[in-house]
Amino acid sequence: MTTTLPDRDRDHDHDREPAEDGPPAASDPIARDTLPAPRGASRRLLGSLLRPHRGKVALGAFLLLTQQAAVQAGPLLVAYAIDSGVPAVRDDDNGPLIAVAVAYVVCALGAGLLRYTFIQAAARINQGMLLDLRGRIHRHAQALSLDFHDRYTSGRLISRATSDVQSLRELLNEGLQELLVILVSVVYIGALLCYLDPGLGGAALLSFVPLYLLVRGYRRRSAERFGKRSTAIASVIVQFAETLNGIRPVKAFRREEANDARFDRLNRHHGRVNADTVLEMGRFIVLSRLVAAVAVAAIVLWGAQRVRSGDLELGALAAGALYVRRLYDPMDRFAMILNNYQSAVASLEKIAGLLAQRPDVPEPERPVQLPPRAAGRPGREVVFEDVRFAYRTGGEVLPRFSLTLPAGRTAALVGATGAGKSTLAKLLARFYDPTEGRVLLDGTDLRDLSTAELRRGVVMVTQEAFLFSGTVAENIAIGKPDATREEVERAAKAIGAHDFIASLPEGYDTDVRKRGGRISAGQRQLVAFARVLLADPAVVILDEATSSLDIPGEKAVQDAMETVLRGRTAVVIAHRLSTVEIADRVLVMESGRIVEDGTPADLIAGTGRFSDLHRAWRESLARHGSPPPGLDGRAGRGRGC
Amino acid sequence: MVRSLLRLWPFVRPVKTRLISAAAVAIVAASMGLVMPLVLKWIVDGPVADDDSRGVWLGGAVLLLVGTAEALLFGLRRWLVARPLARVEADMRFALYRHVQRLPVSFHDRWATGQLLSRGTGDLQLLRMFLAFGLTFLVVNSATIVLGLGVLLVQDWSLGLILAAPIAPLIWLCVLFEAKFSVVARRAQDQMGDLTTVVEESILGIRVIKGFGRHRSQARAFRALSGELVETELRKARLMGGIWLVILALPEVFLGAALVLGVVRVADGDLTAGTLVAFMTTAMALRWPVESIGFLLALCNEAGTATDRFFEVLDTEIPPDIPPALPAGPAARPLPAPAGPERDGIRFENVVFRYPDSPPGAPPVLDGIDLRVRPGETLALVGGTGSGKTTLLSLVPRLYEVTSGRVLLDGADIATLPLRDVRAMVAVAFEDPTLFSATVAENVLMGAEDADPAELERALRVSQAAGFVAALPHGPRTQVGEQGLSLSGGQRQRLALARAVIGRPRFLVLDDPLSALDVHTEARVEAALRDVLSATTALVVAHRPSTVQLADRVALMSGGRIAAVGTHPELLSTSAEYRYLMTGERNEVPAR
Repeated sequence: MTTTLPDRDRDHDHDREPAEDGPPAASDPIARDTLPAPRGASRRLLGSLLRPHRGKVALGAFLLLTQQAAVQAGPLLVAYAIDSGVPAVRDDDNGPLIAVAVAYVVCALGAGLLRYTFIQAAARINQGMLLDLRGRIHRHAQALSLDFHDRYTSGRLISRATSDVQSLRELLNEGLQELLVILVSVVYIGALLCYLDPGLGGAALLSFVPLYLLVRGYRRRSAERFGKRSTAIASVIVQFAETLNGIRPVKAFRREEANDARFDRLNRHHGRVNADTVLEMGRFIVLSRLVAAVAVAAIVLWGAQRVRSGDLELGALAAGALYVRRLYDPMDRFAMILNNYQSAVASLEKIAGLLAQRPDVPEPERPVQLPPRAAGRPGREVVFEDVRFAYRTGGEVLPRFSLTLPAGRTAALVGATGAGKSTLAKLLARFYDPTEGRVLLDGTDLRDLSTAELRRGVVMVTQEAFLFSGTVAENIAIGKPDATREEVERAAKAIGAHDFIASLPEGYDTDVRKRGGRISAGQRQLVAFARVLLADPAVVILDEATSSLDIPGEKAVQDAMETVLRGRTAVVIAHRLSTVEIADRVLVMESGRIVEDGTPADLIAGTGRFSDLHRAWRESLARHGSPPPGLDGRAGRGRGC
Repeated sequence: MVRSLLRLWPFVRPVKTRLISAAAVAIVAASMGLVMPLVLKWIVDGPVADDDSRGVWLGGAVLLLVGTAEALLFGLRRWLVARPLARVEADMRFALYRHVQRLPVSFHDRWATGQLLSRGTGDLQLLRMFLAFGLTFLVVNSATIVLGLGVLLVQDWSLGLILAAPIAPLIWLCVLFEAKFSVVARRAQDQMGDLTTVVEESILGIRVIKGFGRHRSQARAFRALSGELVETELRKARLMGGIWLVILALPEVFLGAALVLGVVRVADGDLTAGTLVAFMTTAMALRWPVESIGFLLALCNEAGTATDRFFEVLDTEIPPDIPPALPAGPAARPLPAPAGPERDGIRFENVVFRYPDSPPGAPPVLDGIDLRVRPGETLALVGGTGSGKTTLLSLVPRLYEVTSGRVLLDGADIATLPLRDVRAMVAVAFEDPTLFSATVAENVLMGAEDADPAELERALRVSQAAGFVAALPHGPRTQVGEQGLSLSGGQRQRLALARAVIGRPRFLVLDDPLSALDVHTEARVEAALRDVLSATTALVVAHRPSTVQLADRVALMSGGRIAAVGTHPELLSTSAEYRYLMTGERNEVPAR
């Protein structure tokens, strides 16, 4: 039984928030569960997963065919024993009987051993395919642009990589093998019946016409029932999870009874539709068994009449009866596998849709090295050369512009949400490629750099400082995986994070997901900065967090930021006045254009937008006696990244 | 295992008649399967041998009847249990949901959502499967084996004994195998869990990974884990293959022996051909019941584990509303009236709090808090990270129970009042605003269900939410939350604030309620909030001077204690720590 959790862990999903005071765009083709994929994409995906295992598949098929031959030989041997063995023994000829005995034992052992081998061969194929598929989804998810991640949401992506692969796994491991065994056995039995007696065989095959119709009808109806059931269980799970995640407000606002009533309704509805699916399957099984009963009775009746008239051997009738029963036995399992099959196909389609999305920033075919950094010169020079950026769907975000950021200087990007600040930053980080023009790092096009070389040059720190499970030290070492403990501690000390880390229960070895390893928002940012220090890139891009910390936290972050920016070329998407003031240069953006460009002092002294903004901050500063939370007139998590 | 499963009885009892009759029906149906070979034998030995055409027709009719009866009875079995067992599953899930809602917050701190959710979904589905299928067929298949053996032995005891010989070892082997298999399967599940964590993190942390170009180390971790999983899965396959080898080979060998012996006896005339045919058919009909025992026992085992997991939660006791050691609250001391001389505000008296599961040596989170919020007053709580502000707030609506000491609301010890009453008096807004899948209006009205539309309007106006709510597609009737429109952090926070202030609560507890608002909205909310605060007793966690300025007095918390209480200017001039928290500047206390 698989239960697909709908978009799990939504509370991690901060990147999904729509713009303040406006409903989200509804008709985004990416913001849907099933992505558009070319026709036949899922079949091609399956084919490409199978192809490397062609040899094993052939071996598996051979094993299965041989194995089923051994299994299905049993009744035939019974028939031979009765029809030839009995008269021979009566004639004191034990030859046929001994032959039957030997054949029977050989078939039995053979069937067992072949099945043993087949299961392992099949497992190797299945596991190979799943390994391949998991790897592909993983690599693909990593390769897809951040724009895609922003729109598709992490919850959906996680379902693709976990529960959808899981439902495919269940089909491969449990269903497909059995389905093949059933199909092969049906073919064999049909053939053997025909061999025993074409009449009996024909009659048995005829019974497959109504069975086929039954299966078809059942598939159609059950698809609908299963759809209803998964919707019903999804609502139950959502209500359950929402209550658990919001247990404090639930309790504080005494929602327990209202929730009980609501949950009871959803839960009962699920119970009803769940029973419907069980009954639907029951109906199919009863009908198919009725067909089988009629067929068995008819075949035995007809066969017996022919034995009576001497037209058919007694052994053949016995074998026919045995075979016919075997023929219909797996119908129940068949129905169950069909259900698995349907959900696996749906999952495969969703996965194929995801894999059909093309990454926007391909690796260069012939990567080049960055020129060595001139001794004593901090950072590298960044040049945007006639750059223009538009989404493939149309909308132009950044009209053509050119911009040079001299090495070792800090530029602050300022502007309202949607002004294009983060797009500009992401072009520099090569999260996107420009539609036109080039972004150059010390004269080298970013597109010519391998990922490793690029990240030695440019690192971007986004505002939500995600911590991976593991220790604090491991989290810092993301900046430089081969860093020694000394290096990690040195970075933490430089950033001002050492004290709080040392006070954690196990210092640098504290697991950040365990109790006591709780790390506040401000401390997370310090960890993120320590990563940058360790990575030591020539260019750093910071997307400053908008959410407000307490004042000592703000101050610690501010100090750490100055440490990180020192000696590098830096671009900061600034939300705070204090940040702008440490910049050498301020770029004010509006609707994708840089509308003001100058030192903070010059712009404040002028009469432009920045000067207006600045005055507003000063006023709010005077009113509160504290730094205001937002530069762009708003605050809140996760926008514009 | 059996003891665990017996605990299901209270849930199963209402449907016991259905369940028992279903098992009975299934036994009858299974014996129809055993009757068929006998009919076959009768046809072969009787009408066929006697050349009796009408007899053959009769035999055919009987076969049809038996087959039809078998099919219908199996259908009847399903029909008997499908709805009742779906109801049992629903009842158990409801019991779980009801229970977890009432377990204290400290329980939820310990248990991950996923853990509870998997008990409410996967485990319960498994239990329904077990009841519908596993339990029934364990009974039915055992009965079929006994009946079938009886039929075999009655027809011919020597052949019967040969066929009976492998049954016991086969069942034993199957059980042994299932035990081994479940260990490996559990390992595979754990490895799958680890792999899932890596997958989730590499998606949730994609911005970090891309920012630092760490695809490769992430991919390495992923490859290592998926490689391990493949190893375990292949081990599972080896075990599975082994059991199939036994299942396919062992009984067949004995069947072969019986066949040889049977042929010799038929040739000698000891045995009719029909009996031999019936024998082989019966023996083959018994194969599935025998093979299934191992699998069914494994299912029982899993169901036992699922039951344990289910009751692990259900057995966690809900602490009594009013601790029995204390005198019953409402009866002994009626709830004080909201107005008049009895108004006393909020008092913390020597409150100590440590998390119930914290190690014994750990210092308490709150260590002897004495604090009073006067009636009608607003008190701001200020303190560094981890000083215990949020914990202290959580004690007021009794989200946590004090370890020692008392919290009094208008003179009544909240530990002696029913939870509902305490929470009805106290309205809360949390730092991380949670909205539920319901309309905006429903989300806000949670604070006071009988509030009229005018009150809703007022609350939305206070939190400056009226504007954006009106602009939503369906205004206040717009669905939000998990299954609705997602709102920004600032919007959610404003709705959470509206939820707290609606219905003019007697006590208001706010945890940094304006942290996600922009400057202008914050200023407007503050202005509107002043009116609300003047009419209620409030405790507000504040991080910034702007929020502090809503309060009449400020309490500075440090290391789980109240370090100082005073007005904002007083504390600024007397407390270095307070000044540091409010200005970020560390300098000496100026000379007074």
